Amino acid sequence: MTALGRGLLAAAMVTLPFWLADPYYLHVVIMAGIFGVLALSLNLLLGYAGQLSLGHAAFFGIGAYTSALLTLKREWSFWPALAAAIALAAAAGWIIGRLALKLRGAYFVLVTISFAGVISLVSVNWIELTNGPLGLPGVPAPDLGPWSLRTKAAFYYLVLAAVALSYAVCRRLVCSRIGRAFVALRENEPLAESIGVDVTHYLVLAAVVSAAMAGLGGSLYAHYTRFVSPEVFLFTYTVTMVIMVVAGGKGTLAGPLVGAVLFTALPEALRLAASWQWQMLAYGLLLVLLVFFLPRGIVPQIVASFSGHPRSAPTSRTPLQ
Amino acid sequence: MTLAVSDLAVSFGGVTALDGVSFTVRPGSITSIIGPNGAGKTTAFNAITGYLQPTAGRINYDGAALTGLRPSAIARRGVVRTFQRTSVFPSLSVADNVLTGLHLSSTAGFLDVLVRRRWLVLEESSLHTDVEEIIGFVGLGHRRDEMASALPYGEQRLVELALALAARPRVLLLDEPGAGMTGAEKTVVSGLIRQVREQGVTILLVEHDMRMVMGISDTVIVLNHGRVIAEGTPGEIQAHPDVIRAYLGAPRGPA
Amino acid sequence: MDQLLQHLVNGLVLGGTYALLGIGLTLIFGLMNVVNFAHGEFYTLGAYVAFAALTLAGVNFIVGILAAIVAGAALGWLCEVTLLRPLRSESIDTTMLVMIGVWIAMQNGELLVWGGVAKSIPHPFPTAPLVMGPVAIAPLRVIVLILAVGLIASSWLLIHQTKLGRAMRATFQDRDTAALMGVSIGRVHAATFAFGSALASAAGALLGPVFLVYPSMGDLASLKAFSVVILGGLGNLTGATVGGLLLGIAEELGAGYISSGYRDAVGFVIIIMVLLLRPSGLFARQERIG
Repeated sequence: MTALGRGLLAAAMVTLPFWLADPYYLHVVIMAGIFGVLALSLNLLLGYAGQLSLGHAAFFGIGAYTSALLTLKREWSFWPALAAAIALAAAAGWIIGRLALKLRGAYFVLVTISFAGVISLVSVNWIELTNGPLGLPGVPAPDLGPWSLRTKAAFYYLVLAAVALSYAVCRRLVCSRIGRAFVALRENEPLAESIGVDVTHYLVLAAVVSAAMAGLGGSLYAHYTRFVSPEVFLFTYTVTMVIMVVAGGKGTLAGPLVGAVLFTALPEALRLAASWQWQMLAYGLLLVLLVFFLPRGIVPQIVASFSGHPRSAPTSRTPLQ
Repeated sequence: MTLAVSDLAVSFGGVTALDGVSFTVRPGSITSIIGPNGAGKTTAFNAITGYLQPTAGRINYDGAALTGLRPSAIARRGVVRTFQRTSVFPSLSVADNVLTGLHLSSTAGFLDVLVRRRWLVLEESSLHTDVEEIIGFVGLGHRRDEMASALPYGEQRLVELALALAARPRVLLLDEPGAGMTGAEKTVVSGLIRQVREQGVTILLVEHDMRMVMGISDTVIVLNHGRVIAEGTPGEIQAHPDVIRAYLGAPRGPA
Repeated sequence: MDQLLQHLVNGLVLGGTYALLGIGLTLIFGLMNVVNFAHGEFYTLGAYVAFAALTLAGVNFIVGILAAIVAGAALGWLCEVTLLRPLRSESIDTTMLVMIGVWIAMQNGELLVWGGVAKSIPHPFPTAPLVMGPVAIAPLRVIVLILAVGLIASSWLLIHQTKLGRAMRATFQDRDTAALMGVSIGRVHAATFAFGSALASAAGALLGPVFLVYPSMGDLASLKAFSVVILGGLGNLTGATVGGLLLGIAEELGAGYISSGYRDAVGFVIIIMVLLLRPSGLFARQERIG
């Protein structure tokens, strides 16, 4: 994207509540933003480090519950609760990272699903803590000094800041030796070791950062919808995140964001036409079709058709400009 | 600066691959390990570089023990290897492959990267210069932006070499650098190996092509059935009765 | 003590069907190396086909089960030929993603066709439980156990005694040699996937009447199947059989003595513990088919 394009996009994003004031559209944009953060986080682990983790909803849910419980039951203010949500999700990421060290491929996938499954069951059954299936209503809106970020416009700016921050973190990581180490692990692990990449360190790092970011998304979600229930652990959320990353383009920075916008806007558009079951059915078929026809995802396809010759998967071109 | 292997033994599943192997690699030399198939050569490499746990024995480099360390820690000590089967980062370009290989040239950690101070930007810039230099050295400048897995076999092996060099080895272990190469390609590789040695790197290689081995080596070590049966200059080895017997008499051409 | 026996008996019934699920998946995952997340969907399919056969077509119980088996085999064959065969040279991640897509599509397809309300499959057996000492067991469950055991035995026979079984074992031990000997690799792959899926459908048809039938029942079934496969060792028929029985018993004991809310956690915990402590499964050293 050119500098002019980027400038225009930034201007549009910053002024959005002024030209898109309809609360429904703002809602869609906010949800797209939250899922953008989630998709970026999954992409770090799945797209760059190459670990297919299907338990990502667990980090999202842990973030949501931590933030909700601390603000509801311990009357913490939003920002420390957010920090705690990120920290706790990061701790869960650390566990998954250590597990990834011992297991790869299908086994790792199974363990991540099991991990998420156990946490989900705990959230349903540990009623004293989580209120079980009834959930936690009345999660307070975030506050910024004396102001409460209750309006959609105000929350939009919070989410925009979160997306910008997440993107910046991902970009810095990816365009550095850390990102290159992740990719090395994905591409050829024994080779990566032979040139000095410490597998333990980098796998755990990928998992921790990825989980922390998902925890951020979870906290934002809890304080936006003002309600948290065990549904946050639904596998549907993980699947949605996976589709966003895979369809948008795993291993790219723009891909997850494109995927997030697409798969938040699409369901809303489809909602008028069909129920969510049709939507999920379409997701399933779409995933199959993607694997066959667009295996690298939308963004790499667009990039390739613009530049004309086969490029290597966009990785670590450090843009020094 | 010396790589010393003492009484190295490796067995798995009842099979003894190495049975008490000892040798020293003189710093700055080109040493080759040869032997019939199944003699234990790649097993020795795997044990030295941490991909296999030895059942017994010690490996020391520069006085410090390498045994029990992970491959990445061993690489950090300056002992770098290549692999028998082509090993590149398949979907990355040649330049990105080498850039990745320069991992050890920097110590930037997570916080350094997040904050991205000036020194980091400068460091990245100098890494890019190093990439060009290494690619030029192995002669792949014209392939710089091509995807590594799309290159012909011989050139992929040059990418491998470039990767290993990027890790700034003090001891370079080459696992069958000539395998699958044409005569011309082997000459190029032999030349490169000599040039690398001139830069002060100690070279240990495993190879089947006798012409190549006898042509560049200072010392040749012969393994058979997991034991060292001879060690000496190429001339001495070619005349050694035990060696001739092990190979059933073909001192020239591939084993 | 009485409670213990009751739990054990219930566990056996459940375990028999888990064994069917596990045998099917150990063939698909263990031998074909396909991470079949849609395995549970074939289980659900079996239940719904049995439901349709028994309520809509009015056939008898055994025919309903057979219909489920046939449906599972047919759809499995189709999946393998259209989706998996073209991707056979791709990485395991790719086939995994495809099967996730199939999983989502099948489940939501069922949701659309049947609706989300749980259905009950009618069965012709008396509801009054048979009482043998301290143990009471419904006749339906006895039949389910007998049929499950019968199917398990048939699977063993097929793998070990038939030409197809020999072809399967040969292909998965050494594909190239098997091909040289005239085995049709494509047919073997398709047959294996069809067979494994048919077993899952059978399990669904058998358990359907015992519990209720609803579209998301396959999720847990998939995971439990993986649990059994990991416990018993990939590609290991004995392991899958014993593993399935063990899982069923463990679940019943867990639900009875610890908490029924966490009963499904048993499968998850098994996966995590086995993979961390003894990744090759309990029966690794035993015969592996391929």
